[in-house]
Amino acid sequence: MDKPHQIQSHSMVRLPVFFISLALVFLFFGLFFGLIGSFQYVFPVWLRDSLPFSRIRPLHVSLVISWIFTASTGGLYFYIQDYLKRPLYSERLGWMHFILLSIVSLLTILTYASGKFGGREYLEFPALLGVPLILYWLLFMINFFKTVNVKLKAAPIYIWMWSTGLVFFLITFLESQLWLLSFFGENLIRDTTVQWKALGSMVGSWNMLVYGTAFYVMEKISGNSKVTNSNQTFFFYFLGLTNLMFNWGHHTYIVPASPWIKHIAYIISMTELLILFNIIREWKISLDTAKKNFHLIPYRFLIAADLWIFVNLILAIAMSVPAINRYTHGTHITVAHAMGTTIGINTMILFSSLCYLCDRFSLIKFNRFRRHFHIGFWISNISLLVFWISLLISGFFKSVMKDTKSHQELMSYISPYFKVISIAGIIMFIGFSVLIYAILHITLRIIVEKKNGI
Amino acid sequence: MSYRIYIAIFLFSSYLSFTLWVYTYGTSGDPEKLIMSKEAYQGKLLYQQMNCASCHQIFGLGGYLGPELTSIMSDKGKNLNYVASFLKYGSKQMPAFDLDSLQVKELVAYLSYVDAASGEGVQVEGLN
Repeated sequence: MDKPHQIQSHSMVRLPVFFISLALVFLFFGLFFGLIGSFQYVFPVWLRDSLPFSRIRPLHVSLVISWIFTASTGGLYFYIQDYLKRPLYSERLGWMHFILLSIVSLLTILTYASGKFGGREYLEFPALLGVPLILYWLLFMINFFKTVNVKLKAAPIYIWMWSTGLVFFLITFLESQLWLLSFFGENLIRDTTVQWKALGSMVGSWNMLVYGTAFYVMEKISGNSKVTNSNQTFFFYFLGLTNLMFNWGHHTYIVPASPWIKHIAYIISMTELLILFNIIREWKISLDTAKKNFHLIPYRFLIAADLWIFVNLILAIAMSVPAINRYTHGTHITVAHAMGTTIGINTMILFSSLCYLCDRFSLIKFNRFRRHFHIGFWISNISLLVFWISLLISGFFKSVMKDTKSHQELMSYISPYFKVISIAGIIMFIGFSVLIYAILHITLRIIVEKKNGI
Repeated sequence: MSYRIYIAIFLFSSYLSFTLWVYTYGTSGDPEKLIMSKEAYQGKLLYQQMNCASCHQIFGLGGYLGPELTSIMSDKGKNLNYVASFLKYGSKQMPAFDLDSLQVKELVAYLSYVDAASGEGVQVEGLN
């Protein structure tokens, strides 16, 4: 087992710390704009003309997705050096990646604020900004694969997962831009089908990066590599990969795409989260109390992710049944699923990773903020549960009434639940802000100290 | 080579074949009939430039603040004038986007195309 007070070299820590700090800034503002967006459900006229929802939503979505990718990237830059016991292939490439990412992010925010959109779901920035995005991703891939340079057959699961996430993000991002070609763009059904295909698999690609991180942290906390090399874990990985490739079709139940796409998707869609749930459950049982307490905070976040996997699994299975999907699609039940997975699963895993990293970077500083981590953990998880349940209830009412009531009548009927969603959102924002403050405080102190040669 | 590599190669090959299949045969109906008119295509680009998807869904893609638009043109009690009026003047929740008459016409053409395409393309021919 790693000693948490193990001192890391300056160059090993510097780049990951910058990525982590940037990721936390993304999360803070992503949550902030999410909160503003939820207020617009309750007070429709508020900010309607000065800062309309068409600007708020992309700011929220892009920043939160950036949080997931950037926090994974920060962890990954540290973990590969930690695993291989050697520095990155090129720290300079890493810095170029960081600078390009920062520039693209800033430009994206500016284009949204000024009302210039590419207008594609989840990737609303102008298509031109995709060029530097691809460039920095290529730099990341080159650095990763040149650093890793090990035979895959001997590599643990997280190396497979990170490799898959890196490659498939590039593939799916390029695929999401195919609408620019008239063959796709001028045929709406083909365009929509391919867009769902690209986005569905893109989510799979970031899940690979995040789950790979979870496996690395699990291995380090438990102190044995059994879970990251077992056949069961690799079975899960290949099932996850199959999901990434073919599962997206359940999004197209309402699109007049070919039926075979939907049949394949339905067969595949039932499995991935269940297997991960089982693996974490087994890992938890195998862990002795001493190890848990040694890394109590990262462990807690992983257990929270485990519970969120469980509840989202039930929801995902229900939503994948075509007869149910026909009612739930286009309601806040889908939003509950998205929030449950991105906040409940991905964000909890990433906070586990960040707490583990802070623990590794500086135990003294980490211990100073233990109270913040406990408070932030409970506030964010309890408020997320209230938020999630309120989304489900509002989605349920919409799904049963959408064929009989007008949109305005429906929105009016479920507005009390939107108020609960907004209040829970405020509390969740406070909870995550406590966590962000604690980790940012640690990372920024590390940056300042390293700069001053302390 | 490890069996894990073979499985990965098999899956990736299947993925590539599946992708090509989706691109070429992934849509129901006659793909030729699903080609948009120039006016509808301009409407689609406008729909993206205004980021209408942040509030409205088409085939499940988009936000929930505003109503679903896939079949708005043929919904009971709604028609071309109803949609054009919203586009031009906005509503309690939707800002007025200062669209000119041509832009409104293009967006209406696009939404009409979407509505027809949701019926597997059988009516789209008439729009062209």
